Amino acid sequence: MTVLFDAERVSKFFPVGGGSSQLARLKRRLSGGAERLPKVYAVDNVSLIIKKGETVGLVGESGCGKSTLVRALTRLIDVSGGSIKLGGRELALKPARVFARDRDRARIQMVFQDAGDSINPRFTAFDAIADPLRRLRHIRGKTLKERVEVVAGQCGLPPVLLSRFPHQLSGGQRARVGIARAIATEPDLLVLDEPTAALDVSVQAVILQLLQQLKRELGMSYLFVSHDLSLVRLLCDHVMVMYLGKIVELGPARAVFERPWHPYTQALVAAVPRFAGAAPERLRLKGEPRSPIDPDPNVCRFYGRCPIGASDCKSKAPVLRRIGSRHVACHFAEEFVVQRVGPVHAAQATRQI
Amino acid sequence: MTAPPALCVDRLSVEFRTRSGLVRALDDVTFSVRKSETIALVGESGSGKSVTAYAIMGLLDPAGRVTNGQAMFDGIDLLAASPKQLAAVRGRQISMIFQNPRTALNPIRPVGRQIADVLIRHGKVPAREAPQQAVEMLRAVGISDPGRRASAYPFEMSGGMCQRVMIAIALAAKPSLLIADEPTTGLDVTTQAVIMDLISDLATERGMATIFITHDLALASQRARRIVVMHAGHVVENAPTADLCAEPRHPYTAELIAATPDSAASLDDLAAIPGSLPDLRRTDLPPCRYSERCPRKTELCAQPLTRRAVGAEHIVACWNPLPAHVPLKLAIGAS
Repeated sequence: MTVLFDAERVSKFFPVGGGSSQLARLKRRLSGGAERLPKVYAVDNVSLIIKKGETVGLVGESGCGKSTLVRALTRLIDVSGGSIKLGGRELALKPARVFARDRDRARIQMVFQDAGDSINPRFTAFDAIADPLRRLRHIRGKTLKERVEVVAGQCGLPPVLLSRFPHQLSGGQRARVGIARAIATEPDLLVLDEPTAALDVSVQAVILQLLQQLKRELGMSYLFVSHDLSLVRLLCDHVMVMYLGKIVELGPARAVFERPWHPYTQALVAAVPRFAGAAPERLRLKGEPRSPIDPDPNVCRFYGRCPIGASDCKSKAPVLRRIGSRHVACHFAEEFVVQRVGPVHAAQATRQI
Repeated sequence: MTAPPALCVDRLSVEFRTRSGLVRALDDVTFSVRKSETIALVGESGSGKSVTAYAIMGLLDPAGRVTNGQAMFDGIDLLAASPKQLAAVRGRQISMIFQNPRTALNPIRPVGRQIADVLIRHGKVPAREAPQQAVEMLRAVGISDPGRRASAYPFEMSGGMCQRVMIAIALAAKPSLLIADEPTTGLDVTTQAVIMDLISDLATERGMATIFITHDLALASQRARRIVVMHAGHVVENAPTADLCAEPRHPYTAELIAATPDSAASLDDLAAIPGSLPDLRRTDLPPCRYSERCPRKTELCAQPLTRRAVGAEHIVACWNPLPAHVPLKLAIGAS
């Protein structure tokens, strides 16, 4: 499979505690404060590759930088560093405002979390789907109408619904409008940010199957962001696990969930409720995550919550290294690999509250 | 297992008057929860789970009216109790964890004070000692540095921490019945696991009965001893968790299980439930509100619905239940 999307060492920092404009900086200097503001390391040196026709999952707890990463990759915001290439063309250097009118804007599209919130309430379903076509493809009139109807049909929206406003549609229908809008411009990469989080289980399956079918028909690649690991397991070829701005584990989805190697992934997998499963494992993370503001570059981000927490972990931050078919950022990953220790045994060794 | 029931809800019916007509939100809802038992109310949104909880707590919206039924708790009928009687029970013996902690907490009062309020009002704690005990409560629900956190406002805390504060408030007066309405919706799985551990640990420790409301069947199957499945204001099935998961008898329960992502081996196995909840304003609602979505509908389904016992403590409201001892896959395939 050819590489479609290649992001390398992407970082996004946000200054905190004051304005970052020149005037604000000058004011700070005159009042004798430090010119440089502390920064939140929302996304720190993240690299990923998405091949053509592939689905990559991105999981992690809220506040870990998933959304920032997605917004950076889709070029809705500017990055602080790194390169983002789509089909070999560098996109990271263009300011987000300029990229909004770029020809490649149409090739990366997004399905947002809650379709009810992300569709303009004063747009009909037709207008919502037509909007990107008008702006990016400059289609008008009859061609536009035809295209919107085709896309709506692909997403299972009957034409009668096109004249309705979002509040007149059900949750599942709104989700379909959100998807139709995203695929209208025939993107190569579709970024799905928890597309079913606002839906009932009864409709969830239909929407997921629709996405799977569209992917086959249109040959798109997906970046699927979710905190529902059981969905990621069903949908994704590869999965990236993110913790405090860094990727901690990356590999084939099934393998990662069956035998997670990074202690954070282990805790994450152990926390997923299993249907009619055995009593829940007590592999629990204690405490809150470390502060993402100017983190110590020599301490592992997971230190303090990690059940291993050896002295190495606070003197040398682990780098993401390749082990077999995966990448893991932990000094002790090999122990889980070599001994074939599943998360259950690990839990017994490091039982907590 | 043979403990006496802590709460007995019998034939509870609730209606809402709206501009577009009468909504029959609950109809004949019957279930009970025993001392130190955890049961789960499960169903799609709009199935009446939260309305049930609000009706029991006497917190229904003014447009809502209990038209029938009883909710016996400690010798009194909560549905017929005077506001004064209710106020004495609520918060002290029965308490509730609300769905969204951010909106349920008072935004302009430090969290420690909010806990102290409950302790003073319901816990018979002298006002002088309440702040210190509030800090202890915060410690008990696993908030680090509770002394400092007690003076924080809800907006200064993360979602998980607000949820813990909510739990601390609910448990402050050591209730004998806890109603937890989607206590972990919107939280990360890791936080969800910790919060659920906390609730079940406290429940075991204090012999507290718990009604746990959720739409996540996987979570319910892991945490509750018994599951009550609701659909459009009806209880369709009520069974011990193991029986319900292994051998669902109501077609809706079976569909719900098949739609749970964790139970599916691949995406193609994941089923959707055809149709949607009926409009509860309709005057021609069929006796079985699931019948219009149901693949197993027969002529009998037009008869008034009856509850049938199909096993020990296993009750199903269906004229044509799925046969027992049929593997789940087959049961759905046949339908």
